[in-house]
Amino acid sequence: MGDKKKVDLTTFKDAVLDKYPKKVGKKRAKAIINNDPDNMPVIQANIRTIPGIITQRGCTYAGCKGVVLGPTRDIVNITHGPIGCGFYSWLTRRNQTKTESDQDANFIPYCFSTDMQDSNIVFGGEEKLKQAIREARELFNPKAIAIFSTCPVGLIGDDVHRVARQMKEEFNNEVNIFGFSCEGYRGVSQSAGHHIANNQLYKNLIGNDDNVTPKSKFRVNLLGEYNIGGDAFEIERIFEKCGVELVSTFSGNSTVSSFEQAHTADLTLVMCHRSINYVAEMLETSFGIPWFKVSFIGAQASAKAMRKVAAYFNDPELTERIEKVIAEELKIVEAARQVALPKTNGKTAMLFVGGSRAHHYQDLFEELGVTTLSAGYEFGHRDDYEGRRVIPTIQIDADSRNIEEITVTKDEARFKERMTPDVLKKMEDALGKDEVEYNDYNGLMAQIGKGALVIDDLSHYEMEKLIELYHPDIFCAGIKEKYAVQKMGIPLKQLHNYDSGGPYAGFQGAMNFYNDIAMMVSTSIFKEIKAPWEREEVVEASYVY
Amino acid sequence: MLLRHTTPKEIDRQALTINPAKTCQPIGAMYAALGLHGCLPHSHGSQGCCSYHRSALTRHFKEPVMAATSSFSEGSSVFGGSANLVQAIDTIFTVYNPDIIAAHTTCLSETIGDDMTQIVSKAHEDGVVPEGKHVIYCNTPSYVGTHVTGYANQVTAFVKFFSKATPKKRNVVNLVAGWMEPADMREIKRMANVLEARTIMFPDMSDVLDAPLDGKHHMYPKGGTTIPDMVATGDSKFSIGLGKYTTEDACILLDNKCKVKFEVVDIPIGLKATDRFITSLSRHANVPVPDAITDERGRLIDFIADNHGHFYGKRVALWGDPDTLIPLCEFLVSMDMRPVYIVTGTPGKPFDERMAAILKDIPEVKFMSGERADMFRMHQWIKQEGVDLLIGNTYGKYIARDENTPFVRLGFPIADRAGHNFNPKTGYVGATNLAIDILNALLDHRDRTCAEEKFEFQL
Ligand code: SF4
Repeated sequence: MGDKKKVDLTTFKDAVLDKYPKKVGKKRAKAIINNDPDNMPVIQANIRTIPGIITQRGCTYAGCKGVVLGPTRDIVNITHGPIGCGFYSWLTRRNQTKTESDQDANFIPYCFSTDMQDSNIVFGGEEKLKQAIREARELFNPKAIAIFSTCPVGLIGDDVHRVARQMKEEFNNEVNIFGFSCEGYRGVSQSAGHHIANNQLYKNLIGNDDNVTPKSKFRVNLLGEYNIGGDAFEIERIFEKCGVELVSTFSGNSTVSSFEQAHTADLTLVMCHRSINYVAEMLETSFGIPWFKVSFIGAQASAKAMRKVAAYFNDPELTERIEKVIAEELKIVEAARQVALPKTNGKTAMLFVGGSRAHHYQDLFEELGVTTLSAGYEFGHRDDYEGRRVIPTIQIDADSRNIEEITVTKDEARFKERMTPDVLKKMEDALGKDEVEYNDYNGLMAQIGKGALVIDDLSHYEMEKLIELYHPDIFCAGIKEKYAVQKMGIPLKQLHNYDSGGPYAGFQGAMNFYNDIAMMVSTSIFKEIKAPWEREEVVEASYVY
Repeated sequence: MLLRHTTPKEIDRQALTINPAKTCQPIGAMYAALGLHGCLPHSHGSQGCCSYHRSALTRHFKEPVMAATSSFSEGSSVFGGSANLVQAIDTIFTVYNPDIIAAHTTCLSETIGDDMTQIVSKAHEDGVVPEGKHVIYCNTPSYVGTHVTGYANQVTAFVKFFSKATPKKRNVVNLVAGWMEPADMREIKRMANVLEARTIMFPDMSDVLDAPLDGKHHMYPKGGTTIPDMVATGDSKFSIGLGKYTTEDACILLDNKCKVKFEVVDIPIGLKATDRFITSLSRHANVPVPDAITDERGRLIDFIADNHGHFYGKRVALWGDPDTLIPLCEFLVSMDMRPVYIVTGTPGKPFDERMAAILKDIPEVKFMSGERADMFRMHQWIKQEGVDLLIGNTYGKYIARDENTPFVRLGFPIADRAGHNFNPKTGYVGATNLAIDILNALLDHRDRTCAEEKFEFQL
């Protein structure tokens, strides 16, 4: 068992800010903090990236089409714009999907685009879009067609919502068609796209189908889980083993009809708070389905999540079954953990990814005895760092104001009060007050250690500096960072797409992760970077002759 | 079935592109800009474009791809992106210190109508471009042409901003490299060396996108055409453009600007295209072709002759870029294979004309270029009558699995295999590599699928 490395993380900020132009440095200063869980500092987040900074961030379209809607298999997703955006979001996220039969619709391996040309930009692209929708219907006859706007669409005045309405009419409402105003320049990152996607899911799909035949008394939605590397499959396995029915997952391994029935569940669990908390709130406001923050990343976290389900339904039989599953699974997991631990214990990690993973994966690293020295999100908001309690204090700036806020009201006919003070009290008694996270999320900074460096929207320059100063044993980020970090002799684990690994969620996933991290921190080839003739001792030895 | 909705029944599509065989201009500009030493590509638009382009290039090369963005907000798309670009230039030179910033536009900045010339001169006036540093730019609207066009526009911009003619011409031949792998460029340079021809290659991604792991991340790896070399291209006595779609514009501009005569040949993929390249280089560099090169050629001929029975008559479907597909189809024909279906999303008459000529003896051939010349269509043709081999980028693996067809990966992007940036496909050596890949794919398939009694030790 190795010793924890002692490193001084307080000097980083000054070391790094010096390099920037004055104004830029001033802005970046607010996004770099040393954490103090007891006296939580304010961090700047969800603020425009300064032009010229090499950022990890992508755009609104990516958050909307790529992240939230991408994993649903039976919608024909048409990108309205020049060819690029559709092409780059074609099969590039590892959201796996599994149909029940070969006859079921699965459009995920396809890319659909209106491929706008010069003349469409000049004269408008609505007619081409309409024709594309007609052709999509003729060729594929899907249940639903979604239209995603890329950068030029809004500027040239194309109205994708109007087109959607008109085409729906043209098809006598036989196909559900809806549009997204997710032009890349809206908002400051993918995050805006999540919000836009959430709104349209609510307006166009959720609540459309009341005809359900419950398979279990315990019916839940899982939000913010995208089935990267098969995560959702593993979570589905756990639910099934526990006798809990997963009504819908937003949106890993999902279908249109699962969204349409989401309002019939009795509980919503939120994994990635950033990308989908809006839907969670809408489900509660409209239908009275309470939501809780959970994570299935980490064996203990998964156990905790399932215990939350047990505490909520408060059914002795269910609780017993869940406890049995947890005991059974943890036993196997623990054996795997013991195998990995000698290789990983005492190592250090840095995590810069997404809007929840930089938090969630700390649990898995803790299980491996790995300390997270520094972490931050690519597109998180302050509430993802400091907890939802700060939401009232977040200033709405011009960039956020541009994103549509929809009014959600109580669905009088279908609303069912589920969350009573009594239910909550019992949950708090069973789990501990802080653990419940009802309508709440405590954020990344509640977990990461005192003094740890928390950095929002990490720049490439800052990343190199972090590595140069602190030499973590493993760095977690995305594909754009991967090979630069590895050139520095440090393994990079992609936490957007897991390289080609996974699942990492649930119990099986935890074991996969232990194994993969043990593998990565013991990569032998990094010890061979210097050629024999470049190693000092060899050069000196040669003088002996 | 992965592509379970694809049926043989074609409809007359007017608007919908499905499974494109192309992408947008800016990524080509970004790729080409990486072939200049000390250059940081800059994407003038939303940060999503830059992120997508970097990711796509990174997945393909498994190498760092550095580039910056103007990070447009809603405000910049209303009021124009001038302030963003000027600030970006300041930030980039201060923090990342390149010698050159190569800015390209995106569909957003083009739709708004940002005037790059004006903005960059404003940056100079504002004093954010340090002494001795360069900001170059090109227009790459994504609603015109494709990634191939973007590459061509960037390479042309190199000439526009750097090439200079002094009164003294030098006995040097410019090799204007079309879109190919770093290994392909390295191989072409090696051949030129064996010929003892003096050349300047631009752009040059070797030692950039196939960089060694040495414990440091070099923002600006050691490869890439240097500024002095780029300037000197104006004094070369001749240019050879490798690939009409990607290099002809640059060659023309260099001729107009610096009076450097040129010839555009195909990218030397396969026997005949390499023959033409070597002939051209030998003539214009005024050097004889040494035996070593003739021997490489002979080995290629030997390999094809020895294995001809496996190649003969095999039906092939291909997708990708014109500059690759043209010599590639010609090569397949020279091995007596039958390229029957070919699509490229990149528009242009030259492709259609060359294909018609190369494939004139294959009456069943179908090829198409431009809008809706996509992989869905090609797959429909395959559903109508199958093929023996697929050649193209990684997106073909879905067809390969569904149709149980051997598949050779070639083109961009290749996201599921590694080594394509190390293993050349140009020159005689590259053609031999390619023929070996094709043969192995065909024979592996045969071994995997044939009846047990037909399974044989020797093939
Ligand atoms: S917004 Fe335009 S330039 Fe950017 S990736 Fe999409 S098509 Fe390409």
